[in-house]
Amino acid sequence: MSFAASKTIKIGVNLELSQAVAQYGQKELEGLKLAIDEINQKGGVGGKKIELVILDNKSDKTEAQNVATRLAVREKVLAILGPATSGATKSAAVAATKYKVPIISPSATDDTVTVDERTGKTKAYVFRTCFNDSFQGNVMANFALKTLKAKSAAIIYDASSDYSKGLFKNFKQTFTKGGGKIVAEEAFAKGEQDFSSILTKIRDKKPDVIFAPVYYDEAGLIIKQARELGMNMPILGGDGFDDPKVVEKAGKKFANNVFFSAHYSSQDTDSKVQEFINKFKKKYNTEPNAFAALGYDLGYFIADALKRANLKFDSIAKDRERLKTAIENTKNFVGVTGIVNINKNHNAEKSAVIIELKNGVQMFKQKLNP
Amino acid sequence: MTTFIQQLINGITLGSVYALIALGYTMVYGIIKLINFAHGDVFMVGAYIAFLCVTYLKLGLLPALIISMIFCALLGMLIEKFAYKPLRNSPRISALITAIGVSLFLENLMQLLMGADSRVFPRLVNEKNYHLFHGKVVVNSKQIYLLIITVLLMLLLNFIVKNTKIGKAMRAVSQDMDAARLMGINVDTTISYTFAIGSALAAAGGVLVGLYYNTINPLMGVLPGLKAFIAAVFGGIGIIPGAMLGGFSLGVIETLVSGYGSSMYKDAVAFALLILILILKPSGLLGKNIKEKV
Repeated sequence: MSFAASKTIKIGVNLELSQAVAQYGQKELEGLKLAIDEINQKGGVGGKKIELVILDNKSDKTEAQNVATRLAVREKVLAILGPATSGATKSAAVAATKYKVPIISPSATDDTVTVDERTGKTKAYVFRTCFNDSFQGNVMANFALKTLKAKSAAIIYDASSDYSKGLFKNFKQTFTKGGGKIVAEEAFAKGEQDFSSILTKIRDKKPDVIFAPVYYDEAGLIIKQARELGMNMPILGGDGFDDPKVVEKAGKKFANNVFFSAHYSSQDTDSKVQEFINKFKKKYNTEPNAFAALGYDLGYFIADALKRANLKFDSIAKDRERLKTAIENTKNFVGVTGIVNINKNHNAEKSAVIIELKNGVQMFKQKLNP
Repeated sequence: MTTFIQQLINGITLGSVYALIALGYTMVYGIIKLINFAHGDVFMVGAYIAFLCVTYLKLGLLPALIISMIFCALLGMLIEKFAYKPLRNSPRISALITAIGVSLFLENLMQLLMGADSRVFPRLVNEKNYHLFHGKVVVNSKQIYLLIITVLLMLLLNFIVKNTKIGKAMRAVSQDMDAARLMGINVDTTISYTFAIGSALAAAGGVLVGLYYNTINPLMGVLPGLKAFIAAVFGGIGIIPGAMLGGFSLGVIETLVSGYGSSMYKDAVAFALLILILILKPSGLLGKNIKEKV
């Protein structure tokens, strides 16, 4: 069957569905599927239904690139959605650039995902629909300085994660510029479970806050082990903290005085947000988290770009170019997680929220605009 | 000083886990000269069995621990019977490769059965903090449990090896398998028991780790398995007190490295230690230098 004759528009999905950060990918896929089902029920895009080709990158950078290559070459998809995390997206971006397929990550926040760190140039085929770490790092550093009145901070980061390193750098920059002092910088390697020795070291330095830009598995353990060592200062994090596993691992009793930046809050009274929550609950019987919301937005985002792309189905390469231009021109796309404008760096300009954990319950604290 | 004591406590906690796993390595190696790389995964299976007992059967710590140990003892015997016994007279490398195969099999089987994502291990003991030195040193009730259970299991193992018939048979087989057979010892049964005891100890380690970090995943045995192997070699592979010494030392060394240096170096230091001991004293700290006939 030729490309032109196919009845569906094939879109690839490259997500973390198993291993270390499976929770992000699985939630995003749930949200994405919900959106695509809704779009297809309403007749799809230009009379064609969207068909998702879903592959698991196993939370692995190398595998993410393999998956992207397979989607681009063998599955001949028009665009690739995902991966969820920064490292995997950067790796998949290499394949996307080579085969000229647009890829859009719903949640890779590292700055260098869309911009080449050596040349400073925007990667032509790489996009994201979430805010980036310079923004997130700034938000948290300012929050620590202004709202928590912190004068000193200790940082614990994952040296094997681009996300963690990026956020750490941006936080440090803003925090020191604002007059704060970083009293400890502790790195650990992927898969670490025992943070007691680095926490003991940090305890001696008596920082006002701890900033831990890590994923949920480590976040829960760090909170718990810090509290067990009698460290009760605020623990700050990024959107990686936005998962129920954090509270499960830390325990309700310890999940206090924890603040993190997130893409959305379920307590937001906006009607679009509440409508999404109801639809999601109806389909999956659980509360959606931010990643589910980002996945849902990504579904409508790609559908919106496909509609504007003026696809001709003459050659897949040309249609990929048309779609890429349409994504670049996205303005005022209204999603559950905010209004998205794609800027010249292929980043989404949108707002962030700060969430506080109180006895394990997420409380909406502030909403901040770029 | 108080920081040092705190780090020491952190280190001993970590070390007791290594020691429990290292005991299994050492026992199996001592008897059939096989480095059982699947041992770390038996440790993981142990954690999952206890997790299932607690979550679905609503059992407490002690029954869950015992069931998990029994299950893993059987699993260890099964692995020995099907994976290693047919290769007993093959070159050692065949058995080693099979061990790696079994390890991958267990890891992937568990991912298939339980999902690849990490699970939260339920809280089973009353979590309480004890403050010493004016609150500067904190000891957690779980750390105390971990240490007590580890020491009790080691004493039990020591008793079995020194004072029971099966222990005597194990020692005899480890000295000379053929001579032991001539003396009427059933070598196959003895090896089987060795695997059972080693695996049960690994299972206990898994349960205790689940309890301590309250987090388990199908790949949780990989790194502790390797570290325990280093600990066993460090203390002298094949020597039971050596495994204990190696385990505790490695835990403390790692903690001190990340406490006073950087957490990034601790794995490197562990492996550097392995290389160093192999160069300087290949028989390990407690090992005697016996020339092996080739």
